[in-house]
Amino acid sequence: MNYFAGEYDVAVVGAGHAGIEAALAAARLGCKTAMFTINMDAVGNCPCNPSIGGTAKGHLVREIDALGGEMGKTADECFLQSRMLNRGKGPAVHSLRAQIDRRKYSSVMKHKIELQKNLDLRQAEITDIEKVDGGYNLTTRMLAVFKCKTVIIATGTYLGGRIFVGEVSYESGPDGIFPAAFLGASLKKLGLPLRRFKTGTPARVLKSSIDFSELEVQKGDEPPQPFSYETENLGENKVECHISWTNDETKQIILENIHRSPLYAGKIEGVGPRYCPSFEDKIMRFKDKPRHQLFIEPCGLDTEEMYLQGMSSSLPEEVQLKFYHTIKGLEHCLIMRPAYAIEYDCVDPLAMNPTLEFKDFEGLFGAGQFNGSSGYEEAAAQGLVAGINAAMKVLGREPVIFDRSESYIGTLVDDLVTKGANEPYRMMTSRSEYRLVLRQDNADERLTPLGHKIGLISDERYAKYLKKQELKKEELKRLKSTVISPTDEVNKILVSRETSEITSGVRLIDLMKRPQLGYDALKSVDTTRPDLDPNIFEQVEIEIKYEGYIQKQLKQVEQMKKLEVKQLPKDFDYNEIEGLRLEAREKLNKIKPLNIGQASRISGVSPADISVLLIWLAQNNRRQ
Amino acid sequence: MNYDTVAAISTAQGEGGIGVIRISGDNALQIADKIFNSVSGKKITEMKGYTASFGKISENGEDIDEAVALVFKAPHSYTGEDVVELSCHGGLYITKRVLRAVLNAGAAPAQAGEFTKRAFLNGKIDLTEAEAVIDIISAKSRGAARAALCVKEGALRKKIDGVKNDLLSQAAHLSAWADYPEEDIAEVTVDSVIETCDNAIKCLQSLLDSYDCGQAVKKGIDTVIAGRPNVGKSTLMNLLSGYEKSIVTDIPGTTRDIVEDTVTVGDVVLNLSDTAGLRDTEDTVEKIGVDRARKRLEQCGLLLAVFDNSRELDEDDYALIESAKLVPSIAVINKTDLDNKLDIDYISKNIKYIVYISAINGDGRDELTKAVEKIAGTQSFNPSEGVLSNERQRIAVKNALNSVVEAKDALEFGMTFDAVTVSIEDAISQLLELTGERTSDEVVDRVFHNFCVGK
Repeated sequence: MNYFAGEYDVAVVGAGHAGIEAALAAARLGCKTAMFTINMDAVGNCPCNPSIGGTAKGHLVREIDALGGEMGKTADECFLQSRMLNRGKGPAVHSLRAQIDRRKYSSVMKHKIELQKNLDLRQAEITDIEKVDGGYNLTTRMLAVFKCKTVIIATGTYLGGRIFVGEVSYESGPDGIFPAAFLGASLKKLGLPLRRFKTGTPARVLKSSIDFSELEVQKGDEPPQPFSYETENLGENKVECHISWTNDETKQIILENIHRSPLYAGKIEGVGPRYCPSFEDKIMRFKDKPRHQLFIEPCGLDTEEMYLQGMSSSLPEEVQLKFYHTIKGLEHCLIMRPAYAIEYDCVDPLAMNPTLEFKDFEGLFGAGQFNGSSGYEEAAAQGLVAGINAAMKVLGREPVIFDRSESYIGTLVDDLVTKGANEPYRMMTSRSEYRLVLRQDNADERLTPLGHKIGLISDERYAKYLKKQELKKEELKRLKSTVISPTDEVNKILVSRETSEITSGVRLIDLMKRPQLGYDALKSVDTTRPDLDPNIFEQVEIEIKYEGYIQKQLKQVEQMKKLEVKQLPKDFDYNEIEGLRLEAREKLNKIKPLNIGQASRISGVSPADISVLLIWLAQNNRRQ
Repeated sequence: MNYDTVAAISTAQGEGGIGVIRISGDNALQIADKIFNSVSGKKITEMKGYTASFGKISENGEDIDEAVALVFKAPHSYTGEDVVELSCHGGLYITKRVLRAVLNAGAAPAQAGEFTKRAFLNGKIDLTEAEAVIDIISAKSRGAARAALCVKEGALRKKIDGVKNDLLSQAAHLSAWADYPEEDIAEVTVDSVIETCDNAIKCLQSLLDSYDCGQAVKKGIDTVIAGRPNVGKSTLMNLLSGYEKSIVTDIPGTTRDIVEDTVTVGDVVLNLSDTAGLRDTEDTVEKIGVDRARKRLEQCGLLLAVFDNSRELDEDDYALIESAKLVPSIAVINKTDLDNKLDIDYISKNIKYIVYISAINGDGRDELTKAVEKIAGTQSFNPSEGVLSNERQRIAVKNALNSVVEAKDALEFGMTFDAVTVSIEDAISQLLELTGERTSDEVVDRVFHNFCVGK
């Protein structure tokens, strides 16, 4: 018999990276929050790579931190090795990536949740979500019923999860944890547009079975950088990673056995990520490529499991063993956990608003892989957005919509709810048209004031932020007023950096504008330099060097905003506008964009359709 | 968009063999039925698309004309709507009478450029094509019409697409390289990006260069005919125009004002101004004329400086030669049928092109044509290559070019690729706007501002 077990303002289904940020945000904003997980030991699990960040993902983590989220801080606490990717390609694409201790990450997160006021963490499988007056009733496998004003679904790969390894397949969540087998049917009954996606992970192998002697070593940066603006002492890099390459023999084994891949045999209906393909996918799609790179990464300090990045596969275990053994260093490797593909239910994000609330189900939100994304960081970012907006709803405050010109978070959400996801969505810097503005170094400048306004950034942290901004301003002033004389010492530096000598006094700021020079190069001649947070120096240097380009991009942002402010009516039948092509009418009716800008990003809505909308809007406004 | 059904005369207004009245919109077929009775008795509303029917147009029992009705069904028509075209006998009276009957039957008169605007809005043609239609309508010479047709048929589009695709693949490579630092994607080198930039710069620059001759072909060159009084300017102008417009007398000062005319010289349109003779005068009316002429001269695109072969150079002539150094000029030596007293050596030292004519006999027109074409740069102008035809397109290409140059400069200065990408993407978006693959408010406004002629 069902029993009534309590009431909550916000219920979060799932305790992965999306669920964690959602629950913490809602609870911290004062909502009575429940968090449900199928297995208490799977809170904050990293079932794939033992790392956080990477290109564009690192940006997301910084943004989450700037808004008061938890991912960056916990990653810093559990970091093993940290590297800034893309150095030399420019500050817009610098991305931080940290190897983390995955078991530690999970337990640190779990502990933070346990300590969080207003937040109850419960082990329970939600089997039914039913719309009732004033919210939703959630029923657990143990027949407890919770009445919740708002619900955030963050089920990851658990929802209807099914694992494939060659000819073997069975219902399962990741890492051998049982899946959410009943919720899918309930959501379908409710009317959510569910579909199947798939993803996969490589094998974990025993460290002592790898021959590292001939492998290239990859060390962390010295000094390593933290994700969080609040982390002060990150400590030293603790581990090394290794690089190896596949070869022709590896390729041959894949080609001979490709028919045994469940994907190629047609057993998997789910759509996989083009941007994070399995190894056999890479072989089949890029047949000319003689070799592929792989990274061997430790999973933690108190485990001997090693992760083989780039080697995800759903081929049978015996084939996996065969092709792993062709790789230099892995000739005798022992597979501890085989690679697998996992297929799961997720929702079509076009059914959502930019608050991640379902358009047709007030108070029901989705986040993470459930929304069609891929990756821990993408999940966490959406969790934060959904958590904030569920709280805003409960508290009767204005929704918070993240603009794509201000954050990667906004870009991610806008892409999902506007363009939809035909495959698991991965964040990339090229998805943002505002790369030079949306850098990982200035996430605090872009988002911390908003975080404070929302209520996730404490007054104390905000005051610290304001102080930093002030110091930055002063430093800029100093660079403008400091003149460097053309001494031999100065010119020696300039010559060594292959830039022209100076013959008269030059302002420090003008020297810094030269691409060849920076704080590092000018250290010995910049005698009045104050002792500041390295992040201030970083931001100042980038802003000086890239000013012209940043201005240019800001101008592009302005242009775009002109279309963003042209609001479209909420409840409108686009069939009434006859000039629109049929496909455009259908898409517009389905997505109901908030404004012309969003409409212009919908695939299937052509520029000609946008012209029609613009003219219709102008006529409509004139009539009113 | 709820459009009325509209109608307009779609052929040139004037005496012609056939006049076409086009009706476009949801009720086009019903409206046509009200005034058209086919010989076969079949109603227009019963006809299939792409079929024709012969019959009579009548209103209130009065026959107006015999006509052929052509039926097009949406979306397979020029405008993308239901369209009926009534081909009746040409002539201003008949076509206007038929149009009135159509309007009385329920159609609204089409605004200037309305059919083309609808075609654009219904996705039948893109921006460059829409603009090209307008250009064809207003084309003044054969060359212009040919150039406009090429835009419509996509020669410009192809050229732009070429540059755009090169830049896009460069941007894509840069993105992939930045987004996948751990996949071994071929490294982007400064040299390879500079090469892409150089190619784009070359192509965009040649498009811009062609714009000026495109303009000469399309809009014509403002041309001033100048020379001292009674040198034979008006006679030259009349020779060019083919009919008398200025009053020709042998009393100096007869032409007191600028007389405008448009003539076609070869492939070039000249907007001619015959100016009052350049001389100091006390006559008030003539003085105004002379001042105006001087001003005109400073602003013109081509100066035809006329000299009298039978007289020596005087002060006014020397002044004219000085002016001629400042603008594209042709020295026209008139009265070659009389004895030479003119210092032609001096003129040829200062003015590159010299043409000998006898305005009275009509000699020298061919030489003049060649010189004009040379100056307009239209000799090498091949309209089928795809040229920019209006200011909107020119600005878009100019902006794209600036952005590519900026990208190249940044690379040479040592800036990182992320900054360079901003400029490359800016160039791409300018080109997308040009081809109508991207729309902004401004584009729509600017384009429709130009829809000022009827079709």
